[in-house]
Amino acid sequence: METLLYLVFGLVALVGGVLVIVNRNPVYSALSLVLTMFAVSALYILQQAYFVAAVQIVVYAGAIVVLFLFVIMLLNLGDQGNLPAASGTRRFVGALLGVTFAGIVGAVVWEYASTAGPAAAAAGDIDHTKSLARVLFQNYLLPFEVVSIVLLAALVGVLALIRTHGRGLDSSEADNV
Amino acid sequence: MLAPTALLFLPLLAGVLINGLLGAKLPKWFSAALGCGAMGASFLGALIVVPLVSGGAVGDQVLWTWMAAGSFSVDVALKYDALSCVMALIITGVSFLIHIYAAGYMSHEDERGLSRFYTYLNLFVFSMLVLVLGNNYALMFVGWEGVGLCSYLLIGFWYDRERKTGDSTYPSQAAKKAFIVNRIGDFGFLIAIFLMFTTFGTLQFDAIFSNAQIAEGGPALMWGKPVLWWITALLFVGAIGKSAQIPLYVWLPDAMQGPTPVSALIHAATMVTAGVYMVARSNVLYTLAGTGPSLVAPVGIITAAFAATMALTSFDFKGVLAYSTVSQLGYMFVGVGLGAYGAGVAHLMTHAFFKGLLFLTAGSVLHAMRDVGDIRRMGGLSRKMPITFVTFVVAALAIAGFPFLSGFFSKDAILLAAYQQSQWMFWLGAIAAGLTALYMFRLLAIAFLGQSRDQKLFDAAHESPWVMTLPLIVLAVLSATAGAVLGLHEDGLFYRFLADVLNAEHHGTTTMTPMFISVALGLAGMVVGILIYRGKSVDQLNRGNAISALPRAKWYVDEAYDAAIVRPIHEASRWVLWRFVDKWIIDGIVNASAGAVYAVGGVLRNVQTGVVQTYAALILAGAVVLLFVKGLL
Amino acid sequence: MSDFAICLAVSAALFTLGVVGVLVKRNAIVVFMCIELMLNAANLAFVTFSRQHGTVDGQIFVFFVMAIAAAEVAIGLSIIVTVFRNRASINVDDVTMLRR
Repeated sequence: METLLYLVFGLVALVGGVLVIVNRNPVYSALSLVLTMFAVSALYILQQAYFVAAVQIVVYAGAIVVLFLFVIMLLNLGDQGNLPAASGTRRFVGALLGVTFAGIVGAVVWEYASTAGPAAAAAGDIDHTKSLARVLFQNYLLPFEVVSIVLLAALVGVLALIRTHGRGLDSSEADNV
Repeated sequence: MLAPTALLFLPLLAGVLINGLLGAKLPKWFSAALGCGAMGASFLGALIVVPLVSGGAVGDQVLWTWMAAGSFSVDVALKYDALSCVMALIITGVSFLIHIYAAGYMSHEDERGLSRFYTYLNLFVFSMLVLVLGNNYALMFVGWEGVGLCSYLLIGFWYDRERKTGDSTYPSQAAKKAFIVNRIGDFGFLIAIFLMFTTFGTLQFDAIFSNAQIAEGGPALMWGKPVLWWITALLFVGAIGKSAQIPLYVWLPDAMQGPTPVSALIHAATMVTAGVYMVARSNVLYTLAGTGPSLVAPVGIITAAFAATMALTSFDFKGVLAYSTVSQLGYMFVGVGLGAYGAGVAHLMTHAFFKGLLFLTAGSVLHAMRDVGDIRRMGGLSRKMPITFVTFVVAALAIAGFPFLSGFFSKDAILLAAYQQSQWMFWLGAIAAGLTALYMFRLLAIAFLGQSRDQKLFDAAHESPWVMTLPLIVLAVLSATAGAVLGLHEDGLFYRFLADVLNAEHHGTTTMTPMFISVALGLAGMVVGILIYRGKSVDQLNRGNAISALPRAKWYVDEAYDAAIVRPIHEASRWVLWRFVDKWIIDGIVNASAGAVYAVGGVLRNVQTGVVQTYAALILAGAVVLLFVKGLL
Repeated sequence: MSDFAICLAVSAALFTLGVVGVLVKRNAIVVFMCIELMLNAANLAFVTFSRQHGTVDGQIFVFFVMAIAAAEVAIGLSIIVTVFRNRASINVDDVTMLRR
């Protein structure tokens, strides 16, 4: 029964992924991405990673994909956004590389999965958000703080990138008024 | 022994570093005081060394190992014995006086020039001390090259100046000439060092000298001569270059383009005598190999006479002195070549005094004459410059061998050795001694006596300041009294002091005959010089005759070298090296490699599309290949 | 076929889809979405291994990946906005200035 759910949600995630690529319109691509996110989140739940699943929905589906959509709307591309499909050569090269890569990775996965035993005995402990927090704020406190600096840097970087000369957040605009 | 060593070397090093690195920012008086002070400290060190050495044997002092490869090892080690400390004393003493003199002579230079001058001068003395105090040939070679470099730098000190008088060259050209000609000699020296290394397996003096016998009897190396013959001959090639003997003397007259204190210090008193020192130091080898009488002495005596003829016809004040130096160096080689090593070294010392003094008086005259060195524009200077004149007379008498002045003793000892061993050398030497007196008093008569030939220059002439005249007086006293005081007579103090190092040979009995002959010729030269040249007008001086034409043209040696060596090399370089080797082979290699890179780049640049996805695809392809290879292994 | 194998297979397939998308899509925004696909695939693998080994460290890594992904999307999208401002295009083929 549970394996069936795994299969279904895995399939949904893959369909979503294919749709991201196949759709011409970026809006549809973004919506397909949301589908994949939800399916992956479901896979998390099936593996008892409830907190990660929740964060997955909140951050990815809720924030990141919305940011994508926001930018698509902001640029107001219209038909210009529906770019023609890639050339045959490029599609061929992409597909060839993709298939080769998938073949190799698949072989590795197959070999690993077939030799792996059942899930570890301690599995019962990992579903507690409390234990997750304990590890995060004890063992991984320094990386956690470093990530906050990375986010700050990203914030500053975005501001610097979006600013335009003479028409930015500085006082020059106010002077013109 | 470490303290005197430090006192000898470290002040000079400090002077070089401070003046060399900060000189342009230092006031002039400080640069000069630093240079002279460092030199004075070094002189003090030499003064301390002498009683230590004479008091008892002082062994080699190993400072540190310079290089070691297998069984071969060279130490930075100093040898304090009678010979090296006499040399150190001469070098530091004369250098000290000349350093002081230069403070006056170079006073017109700016801060940069003066500090540069003292940097070079201190570095020179440092190198010279390394040369004479080193206890092996490798260290000697270091000093040898060091003084060569300083000589080059100081000849070309006024590298931005035009040529001064008629037939002389630019200072920069003269510097290059000195350097390049010396390379020929240094090449011989190097080969000799290699030969010594393969023969003895060491370069240390004592080790080589005690093993010299084995090389003497060895099989012939080349042209039927044993290896020791070649070693000594090639060492002498080095000496020929450094000490300006035939056929490599041509650089020394041109070297007079340098500042006059430099001519006095490097090109009269110290550096040019390095060759004599080297032969004296290697006296064991020369005595065994027998190269002295067959090679060294003949070259010396021919140079002595040959250079004297050119000194007799030159119209350049310093030119006369330069040829005179070449000639006197020839005498020294006659001395050391004939086994009278003590006499050679004695003449080296007295020559340092009186020739240094002569150059310093020349500097004093040039200073007064606004750098005009042509003696045809001088005359009557004795009235304007009494101190310079008197000291010049003392030096001229000393070099001419006037009885009981310093030159008399040392030259007499050399001529005595020649008289005992080779008649033709003696007579040539005696004639050269007469010529020496003649050209010195010709110079004296033309420059200092008679009437002025250029009234404007004469009116402006003046006696030099005390910093310049004081060294003149000290050197004049030394020139006059060194012979008597230091015991340069037969078996005197000087020879007894050096006896341990220089195993002098005595040939035949002592006789007074050569002394009478040379003194008679010398006195005749003086009188004739004064009588002929006193009060001559410029036209009379210019009027040559058949005899003086060749020496006046310097025997066309420079022209012959130009035609025989310089031009062929020049043309060969132009047509073979430049037009063929450089243009075709070297440029070809460079262009071909550039072309190859260009072609490869032409292929590879197709990858550089600028489309990010191409790069991404390449990264993925690389990852795939890596994974695949990993899987295969 | 175990649940573990299924999750890993889905992860590998999702990653491949992302790679192919990055290689073939012309729309810069969609290229970014494909990068998100790849990151999700990696996250899925992390969680799967975390469960298999019975430790929470894998899930911690997922948080870090998400944080970095958020930062990366913010930067990337602002770059796209800037490029669009200058060139009036979001076609990655038009942005070939790396060549010069």
